[in-house]
Amino acid sequence: MSKRVPEEQYKKTFSFRFHQWLNGTKDPYLDTVELRPQEEPKQTDEDLEQEAKQRIIREERAYNLEHNAQARLFSKLYRYFAVIMCISLALVLLTGVSYLPKFGLMEHPTNNEVPARYIEQGLQETGAINIVTGMILDYRAFDTLGESHVLFIATCTVLILLRVDKKKERESESNNDRVYEPKNDVILQTVAKYLVPFIEIFGIYVILGGHLGPGGGFSGGAICGAGLILYLNAFGFAKTEKFFTGKTYKAMCFGALACYSLAKTYSFFTGANHLHSVIPLGTPGAILSSGLILILDICVGLVVAGTMYTFYVMFRKGDY
Amino acid sequence: MDFVRNFPLFCIILTLFSGPCSMIMSGKHARRLNLFVIGAVGLMSVAVFFNVLDGGSYIYYMGHFPAPWGNEIRVGILEAIMAVFFCIIMFLSMIGGAYERSQEFEESKENLYYVMVNLLLSSLIALIYTNDLFTAYVFVEINTISACGMIMIKQSGHTLEAATRYMIMSLLGSGMLLLGICFLYGITGHLLMSNIKEQVAVIAAGGAYHAPLMIAIGLMCVGLAIKSALFPFHSWLPDAYGYSTVSSAAILSSLVSKGYIFLLIKIFYRVIGFDVIQESRVINVFFLFGIAGMMIGSIYAIKEDNIRRMIAYSSVAQIGYIYMGFGLGTQMGILASVYHIFSHAATKSLLFVAGAGLSECSGGSKKFHGLTGAAFRNRLAGVAFTVGAFSMVGFPLFSGFMSKVLFAQAALEVPGKILATMIALAISTILNVIYFMKTVVRIYTPASCDVLCDAENYKTVTMKTHPEKSVVLIAFILLNLFLGLFSQLLTQLCERGLGMFS
Repeated sequence: MSKRVPEEQYKKTFSFRFHQWLNGTKDPYLDTVELRPQEEPKQTDEDLEQEAKQRIIREERAYNLEHNAQARLFSKLYRYFAVIMCISLALVLLTGVSYLPKFGLMEHPTNNEVPARYIEQGLQETGAINIVTGMILDYRAFDTLGESHVLFIATCTVLILLRVDKKKERESESNNDRVYEPKNDVILQTVAKYLVPFIEIFGIYVILGGHLGPGGGFSGGAICGAGLILYLNAFGFAKTEKFFTGKTYKAMCFGALACYSLAKTYSFFTGANHLHSVIPLGTPGAILSSGLILILDICVGLVVAGTMYTFYVMFRKGDY
Repeated sequence: MDFVRNFPLFCIILTLFSGPCSMIMSGKHARRLNLFVIGAVGLMSVAVFFNVLDGGSYIYYMGHFPAPWGNEIRVGILEAIMAVFFCIIMFLSMIGGAYERSQEFEESKENLYYVMVNLLLSSLIALIYTNDLFTAYVFVEINTISACGMIMIKQSGHTLEAATRYMIMSLLGSGMLLLGICFLYGITGHLLMSNIKEQVAVIAAGGAYHAPLMIAIGLMCVGLAIKSALFPFHSWLPDAYGYSTVSSAAILSSLVSKGYIFLLIKIFYRVIGFDVIQESRVINVFFLFGIAGMMIGSIYAIKEDNIRRMIAYSSVAQIGYIYMGFGLGTQMGILASVYHIFSHAATKSLLFVAGAGLSECSGGSKKFHGLTGAAFRNRLAGVAFTVGAFSMVGFPLFSGFMSKVLFAQAALEVPGKILATMIALAISTILNVIYFMKTVVRIYTPASCDVLCDAENYKTVTMKTHPEKSVVLIAFILLNLFLGLFSQLLTQLCERGLGMFS
């Protein structure tokens, strides 16, 4: 049973006020508190000083370990736990090593059919006199493909972290080492002038001779990169940028990795489908031999040299 | 040999190759290339899946030389499902985070982000298919570095600190994995999974080199546990997921950690052999830390005031579930864990994308106070978040419910661990309800004046504001429902896949 109530009367009931409170439309301060427009707070110098002081005190409390019992406890425990963890891990590993088979024994488990084939048939199957190169660039080329992309992605990560792209920041003096270049250090420049060509030629020799003797893309690329870094140190950016900029690196890296991927896709595809590969192995010992290995060595060498140089440039301040 | 059988090789090479390609492209083109690559890999993986469904698993030579000498990959049902699923999640996460990325990145560095994503996908695919432990390690390296780049591309103090932590912890994990592989190589003389397994069986029966074998198992398990953020090693996780850009957070939580877990399952079945794992006590350790993670991750999530970090802490709890499944030490337990990998991946990425939608309509606020009533301002994100929350809590119809049922069923087979598992499931469900329902109630509470008055940035986001994001959210909801309603199909396929492993 219900009855109609005029609105005025209804507004006085409890249920109306309850609904108002529930919906949030009622202002509990209306008619109970005197309303006045708020004054704009005025900040005097004293207030600012006070604030700055308090901020310093707050930061002290947060970062100063003397006031922060929790952090103090943590840092203390952390030290002990770190030492305990390291010692116990080292003990476990040493125990494990003591149980391992002795190095160089005939019956060592690693002395099985895998290295036997690498040593006995490596030369015929890959055409490389250097068995190690044959292993990493032919037998297990997939791993090396991954490994060269590790280098590539490491450079990309460093570029994300360190490349300064905002124009203003780039041009400011503190962010740019070029302002002080070239340093005109006579000893360094003279030494570099004579050494760099030899270093580069030696690096190229190591890369190209990877399948013939000790060497290969990784070591040769590192030598070439080191030569470039020496040249940069002696003569400054103005000279190196004539032939090597960020764009050169990008193009070089892309070309090398694309070449590697394409070459290896062909070889994986033919291998897996038991098709005949058209790539000749050549005469072992000749420079143009051992199928794809020489090309792959050059690709890896380019990526490694570019990566070394780019790392060095990124850790200097300045444009790239 | 069917041409389709070459597709796994094409997937790996295409993704690897698209990395350097993105490097020389502009950000816009790199974004399109990235979506194209993920889509193409997904479609190829679907074809591979149907091929192995009929033809059974197969070995694929990577080169001209057979297995112990050359590299090879192995394709089975479970691998194909994982690849398809990873592609779907990555595709949706990349589209879902596109708006946030355009706001947060420096334009000149945008293409580098796609380099990271492409190579991350290639490493995930390679980790799924590889049949060689050292190949797995090489791609774990790519995975680690690219994940690190994805965290820090949004450059702020928080992300740099998070990336540093991630780097240190993750490299510790990689180092342990590498040491474990070295020990295994030293005592078995092989790197190929099937050959190691033969040798390990001999060692486990004969007794020589038993100690190094146990140490190798321990090192690999701990290494991968650190990398996938099992409970005591989770400290890098909340910052890495909480402050990085949305698509990174979604991909990291739902794919990267799952890649490592899948590698661990492979090591269990294809490298060490499941009986040897069962005999070693490592599964009990997993059981214990899994349960601890379920509790403590949830407790941290309850205490958290930032929605992104709360979702991140919830990941710690969910990873705990997966390791608890390992800890049961039965086929059923592993099956439940595999299902939970799918379910958690689908739900966590949904939660991250929906959470970003809720923040967007609240002036970018991630704190709970600022999110009051967000579901009214962005209705679709609200619904999606609620679906995700229901799924995580274990509401019937959604995927999380099925994984809890599977865990409970698996526990029934293990007499010593029934009680502990059931109690852990119950308590963890209650804790999940506390923090997820707290959030759902919060976003469905109409905002009062004190929230709205001082926020001019609050705006209404409709489905038309970002049409692609709405499509992504709906797709995620459907994916969740699909996983919840057709779980039988998926578990049967996974069971067949696991059967193919040994």
